[in-house]
Amino acid sequence: MDSLSEFLLVAGMALVTFATRYPVLAFFGKLNPPPYVLQALKFVPPAVLSALIVPSVLLPEGELAVQPNNAFLVAGVLAALIAWRSKNLLLTILLGMAAFVLWRALLGAL
Amino acid sequence: MHPSNWTRRAEFVRGMRAIVPLVIGAAPFGIIFGAVAVSGGVVAEGETAHQLSPLAVQSMSLFVYAGASQFIAAELVRNAAAVLVVIFTTLIVNLRHTLYSASLAPYLHGFPQRWLAPLAFGLTDEVFVVSIARYQQADSSPYKHWYQAGAAVLMYSGWQFFTLIGILAGRSIPPEQVARLGLSFAATVTFIGMLIPMLQSRALLISAAAAGAASVLFYGLPNRLGLLAAALVGIAAGVLAERAKARVPHG
Repeated sequence: MDSLSEFLLVAGMALVTFATRYPVLAFFGKLNPPPYVLQALKFVPPAVLSALIVPSVLLPEGELAVQPNNAFLVAGVLAALIAWRSKNLLLTILLGMAAFVLWRALLGAL
Repeated sequence: MHPSNWTRRAEFVRGMRAIVPLVIGAAPFGIIFGAVAVSGGVVAEGETAHQLSPLAVQSMSLFVYAGASQFIAAELVRNAAAVLVVIFTTLIVNLRHTLYSASLAPYLHGFPQRWLAPLAFGLTDEVFVVSIARYQQADSSPYKHWYQAGAAVLMYSGWQFFTLIGILAGRSIPPEQVARLGLSFAATVTFIGMLIPMLQSRALLISAAAAGAASVLFYGLPNRLGLLAAALVGIAAGVLAERAKARVPHG
């Protein structure tokens, strides 16, 4: 990325992020989001995360790859199970990355 | 809490102390973010890896200061998304902060802007969790905002430090080693670990499932707009699922 694009990217991200944190705090009483907006906001994190995860495990190279030689899929499913059982983020990351590296090494050795 | 503990300094220090475990928990993400963002990771053969300069990566931590969206932005940049798409995606991902602001607003009503602006800027998931707990305590300490300030200052400093460590680590790893070390999977596995514990109700599960299915359908959309479109489908599905449940109380 060239430096102008980088500047615009960071400035734009900073601006919109502050816009999600500041106005409701600063103008309390004058600016109250309606209840249905607050209800919808609750679904933002799981929807965004899922929309990020699914393509990166199912289509890591841009093509649908539901097969055992797709290390992203194998390690991703394993990580989901670990996250579900342990609810421990750090453990999920460490074991998930280890599974990814090992599975790739195993595929490379075959 | 005893009124003798209601000093600005005591609240500030107590806020710092309360957030220490969460700062430690954020360390790996700050480091992984810095490393992934500068290394560019691997892309399909014949394509160039789009990466960010160390200055841009550190600036993101300094001025945007929202971990999940920084991760996502780095991932989108790597996949050559347009700047406007990354900014708009950042807005959507960070909309949850509005929930935090709305929850804290009653406690900070009437405070001057020199307090509200920095407290708003530093309002991350971790700072919110720690400070709302303090505001909700029954004692009438007049300096609870100093507690939030203490938590915010430590979290902010930590995030800058971890980003820097990550940048230095990422710079020293040659690109062809990135896949072997599993860095290209780091962002995804972090998102998985964040998502799974969130799925506490049927509506949340439906929301995530719908977004995931839609993300595959919309994968081919130009400029990586598929993420936004899929997220909107997921949010709509969650709202509808919750409404359907409200109508059938025993369903």
